[in-house]
Amino acid sequence: MNSAVMVMWQRQLKLYFRNRQRLIVGFVQPLLFLIAFSFGIGSMFEQAGKGNYIQYLIPGIVGMTILMSSTMNGMTLIWDKQFGFLKETLVAPVSRSSLLFGRCLGGATTSCMQGCVVLILGSFLGFRITDWVLFPFALIVMFAIALLFNLLGTTLAMKFNDMHSFPTIMNLLIMPMVFISGALFPTDDFPEIIKLIFKINPFTYCNDLLKYTLGTAIEYNLFIDIIVIAILILTLGMIGTHFFNRLET
Amino acid sequence: MEIIKVKDLTKNFGNLTAVDNVSFQVEKGSIFAFLGPNGAGKSTTIKMMTTVLFPTRGTININGFDIINEKDEIRKSIGVVFQDHTVDDDLSAYENLYYHAALYNIPEDERKKKIEELLRYVGLLDKKDRFVKTFSGGMKRRIEIARGLLHSPKVLFLDEPTIGLDVQTRAFLWKHIKKINKEHDTTIFFTTHNMDEAEKISHKIAIIDKGKILIIGSPGSIKKKTKTKSLEDAFLKLTGYDIREQSADNTEVLRQRFRR
Repeated sequence: MNSAVMVMWQRQLKLYFRNRQRLIVGFVQPLLFLIAFSFGIGSMFEQAGKGNYIQYLIPGIVGMTILMSSTMNGMTLIWDKQFGFLKETLVAPVSRSSLLFGRCLGGATTSCMQGCVVLILGSFLGFRITDWVLFPFALIVMFAIALLFNLLGTTLAMKFNDMHSFPTIMNLLIMPMVFISGALFPTDDFPEIIKLIFKINPFTYCNDLLKYTLGTAIEYNLFIDIIVIAILILTLGMIGTHFFNRLET
Repeated sequence: MEIIKVKDLTKNFGNLTAVDNVSFQVEKGSIFAFLGPNGAGKSTTIKMMTTVLFPTRGTININGFDIINEKDEIRKSIGVVFQDHTVDDDLSAYENLYYHAALYNIPEDERKKKIEELLRYVGLLDKKDRFVKTFSGGMKRRIEIARGLLHSPKVLFLDEPTIGLDVQTRAFLWKHIKKINKEHDTTIFFTTHNMDEAEKISHKIAIIDKGKILIIGSPGSIKKKTKTKSLEDAFLKLTGYDIREQSADNTEVLRQRFRR
């Protein structure tokens, strides 16, 4: 593999495991969501005859965890901008795209690990993987989602210079993506306007595909899901590379 | 022979012209200083020469390569020590150098030997496994110098390398930079606003103000031309007595806020 990609990937992993707060938050945050939703909505969901809520919820929380940690990984770019390390990588004789993809692949790897932690937590709450043949595909889907939102977070981060505004704006983006995607609760009763948001929300398709590969009933067809995710990764990869090529410091 | 050739270099930021039609050449194996008050355009010039800022106009040629079409060749030929620290605080000294070696494609089996050799050279070999965040500013600077030399560059760029350092570290740094220049024939290009430093170690000095080069020559010839006794007098004669105001660097503000 390209050694610059390797370096950036490895560094991202190292920094992740060295940051204890990030490790703990990555574990506690999904746990809170799990507890709140499974006890808060679980009985309603099941009374309405929609099946086992834990089976419905866990893939959603896995996706949400990946979405959040991946977009927030853009923070590491802002950090590197502020504390100078970005300059060290920008004067190196390597292509800008390898710097971008190395970062994003590293961030995607750690996000996937967090997703796996949620799966393990979920199994204690009664989540069962019904089809083990599909499980390797679930891992691939998790990685694709993680890469997609790492590219989004990092691309947006290039346009930010300050550490306070980035997480605020990102939260503003992440929350509706999570809530209007069918990840945590069904969207059947939403008014038309919200349904439109549901349809243009990229995370809807990620959630759909993830639910399928983890053995839960889905809304769309797989083909559409895969196409949407693939197109988004390619587009963001291109936009990100373009911005990175023009990055000045 | 000239290893750096800069011609008609200009950089605009909106309406502000930070570097205005600057041309100069640097002899291979020499030590060249860019001397100027705050906001003169020193850092902007060095950033353009090190490929992290795009010129508005003009050409830069380093080690025979063109800045627009042969960026990576230039990047391979130069080592850079920026004004702000650019080490990764959450990595150890050794890891910082190791990643640099990997980015510059130094063969895997040579990395360890080279890194240890350079760490010994800057006197930090015994601290190689400590996190850089535990280092003082002077120690970080020494790591950066070691890192800048790791891939044996033809030209070493230093932007205000001694700012904020104590006298001992300054002396150490210049002694080593002189040594590198002599032993490896590495061309040194640095910026400073410290007269003594410029006068003591450089073969040639360019005094720059408001984006323009006012004079270029050896310290002796500059004094002669301006009919002054010291470089400081020459500098003040050329650039005037106005105090320059530079807006606080936003990076520096944040850095202080977030310092762990």
